[in-house]
Amino acid sequence: MDRFGFISEAAIRQLARELNLSRADIHGVVSFYHDFRTTAPGQHVLKICQAESCQAMGSRNLTAYAEEKLGVDLHGTTDDGKLTLEPVYCLGNCACSPAIMIDNKVYGRVDQNKLDSIVDACGARCES
Amino acid sequence: MPAELDVNRKVTVYVPCETAAVSLGADDVGEKIAAHDNVNVIRNGSWGMSWLEPLVEVLVGEQRIAYGPVGVDDVDSLFEAGFLEGGEHELRLGDITELPYLKNQERWTFRRCGLIDPLSMDDYLTHGGFAGLQKALAQDPEFVIDQIKASGLRGRGGAGFPTGIKWQTVADAEGEQKYITCNADEGDSGTFSDRILMECDPLTLIEGMIIAGYAVGANRGYVYLRSEYPLTRRVFAKALVVAKDSGWLGEDIGGSGFDFDIDVHLGAGSYVCGEETAMLESLEGKAGLIRYKPPLPAIEGLFGKPTVVNNVVTLGSVPDILALGAEPYANFGVGRSKGTLAFQLAGNIKRGGLVEKAFGLTLRELIEDFGGGTASGRKIRAVQIGGPLGAYFAEEQLDTPLDYEAFTKVGGMIGHGGVVVFDDTVDMAAQARFAFEFCAIESCGKCTPCRIGSVRGVEVIDRILADKDREENLNLLTELCETLIDGSLCAMGGMTPFPVQSALKYFPEDFKR
Ligand SMILES: Cc1cc2nc3c(=O)[nH]c(=O)nc-3n(C[C@H](O)[C@H](O)[C@H](O)COP(=O)(O)O)c2cc1C
Ligand code: SF4
Ligand code: FES
Repeated sequence: MDRFGFISEAAIRQLARELNLSRADIHGVVSFYHDFRTTAPGQHVLKICQAESCQAMGSRNLTAYAEEKLGVDLHGTTDDGKLTLEPVYCLGNCACSPAIMIDNKVYGRVDQNKLDSIVDACGARCES
Repeated sequence: MPAELDVNRKVTVYVPCETAAVSLGADDVGEKIAAHDNVNVIRNGSWGMSWLEPLVEVLVGEQRIAYGPVGVDDVDSLFEAGFLEGGEHELRLGDITELPYLKNQERWTFRRCGLIDPLSMDDYLTHGGFAGLQKALAQDPEFVIDQIKASGLRGRGGAGFPTGIKWQTVADAEGEQKYITCNADEGDSGTFSDRILMECDPLTLIEGMIIAGYAVGANRGYVYLRSEYPLTRRVFAKALVVAKDSGWLGEDIGGSGFDFDIDVHLGAGSYVCGEETAMLESLEGKAGLIRYKPPLPAIEGLFGKPTVVNNVVTLGSVPDILALGAEPYANFGVGRSKGTLAFQLAGNIKRGGLVEKAFGLTLRELIEDFGGGTASGRKIRAVQIGGPLGAYFAEEQLDTPLDYEAFTKVGGMIGHGGVVVFDDTVDMAAQARFAFEFCAIESCGKCTPCRIGSVRGVEVIDRILADKDREENLNLLTELCETLIDGSLCAMGGMTPFPVQSALKYFPEDFKR
């Protein structure tokens, strides 16, 4: 999961075989947890906090801005496969809301400008 | 001081390695300061004054002079201003211990946060670390449990259950194999005290878990840590190594003959897995479905064995109760809410951060005196306390004292101590809708009122807002809330109505647009 970023149908079959469980059992676990996905994510994953503290500091607008900028909705991946946009419910950075996380790095007090520079910097990293 | 040391003398500068600080650029600031060859940068924890992060301190004589918030672009001017000698600068805050935000707290569990290098065993021992464990190991387990009972410590994860009684139950339960599990799932919005303790003073949690293990007769501990905390995970993993390497974790701890080991298990983005029985299911590698109670986890918990489930802050409060005695802890607080709680100021707040205070101050004192009001400078309109399942408070309720019982009386819940402030631009119907939406996303699905009712709740609110059969739908909403409260197996479904009902009660105008 950590290595591939997702759990494919083949992996589920293999897990079921090795753990001597049914495929439905494994599916049940995989589908229960929000972190587990069954399709490949983009090269980078951008998570925008949707929970109350960040809502109080404008996360709804920030999310709408990101969706517009990237041309995807939450859970979507950009056409070029560079970025997946995901919701997250609290990053524990609520004293510095709104918070986002990109590839396991957390940023606080993110406004549209900051989001632009973070996303653009990661775009640049993709190209190099 | 030997001459050679004098020549190489470097100035000690502290730059926090903690999520909030790092999220605002502390790593870059630290790197830029460290590039100067006359400084020695120590990555300390955070004092919890998140609004001042990155907060940099310089050791001048015996004093630590604080500057903040320091951006990378400020570093050059700080050097020019002679900040290594404590020089004047617009970001200079003065002696860290004199800052009112900190000075007016009662730090117990978090007393080492910010002060020490979280991964330095020397620092930990110098500042009273492992004194509690040593004292515990020199007594019999019953003494330890009695101390915890006498301290009045109650669970800080939300439910406020007396910790000593929980430990007694596990100690008295039959069985060779018992477990200590630490709930570090910290899913409530507006909370970060578990994270701060684990990042800024992780050895305290390790010590608390070992003491719990000794008290109940368990040799294995598990920490269930949420995946949203990558930095916490790195720091805590290192802390386990530090503890092991120095003989304070593993076999024959401190030469006592007592063995205890700790493993970390990562969550995978599920709020309901913070509920203790769902957490145990998840620890066993399954989907996090809530278990029926009884049996209590204390009797049949992890893998069916007697298990302590305690929150990070609960366990982290234990070492000093042993070291300093139950009485000084119990002397803090009011009524049956004894000791301190680490409140967390979040949302639209000017001075967000962690405030450890004895129970009993009012919500207003917390939000205004410590928090300084809203960040936007606008009027406070609503405050949510106790996470997503906590009620919304209106301005006129802010004089409620912060103690468990006083909160229950007004239909609220202190929970894990998170305080989320909203200014007068908030749309409370949207907040009520979100409470249902969140429940629909996070429901474990075991019972119908929660699984289906939450989805219906969103629809009903949408119809009210669209002005469709308003009265009928308002009645439906009231009924739906009652069904969830009465018919849910756990607090996810059972308490989701609280934010909804309070929004309806105190902010009815928001539902009439
Ligand atoms: C939906 C739900 C989520 C919860 N999330 C957490 C959590 O993230 N952390 C926590 O310590 N307790 C959480 N709890 C409370 C736990 O069930 C349990 O009471 C607590 O971990 C016991 O530890 P304590 O006695 O030290 O507080 C949650 C409860 C519910 C119903
Ligand atoms: S109330 Fe909701 S989360 Fe709790 S057991 Fe029922 S379905 Fe699961
Ligand atoms: S609510 Fe967004 S970081 Fe906690």
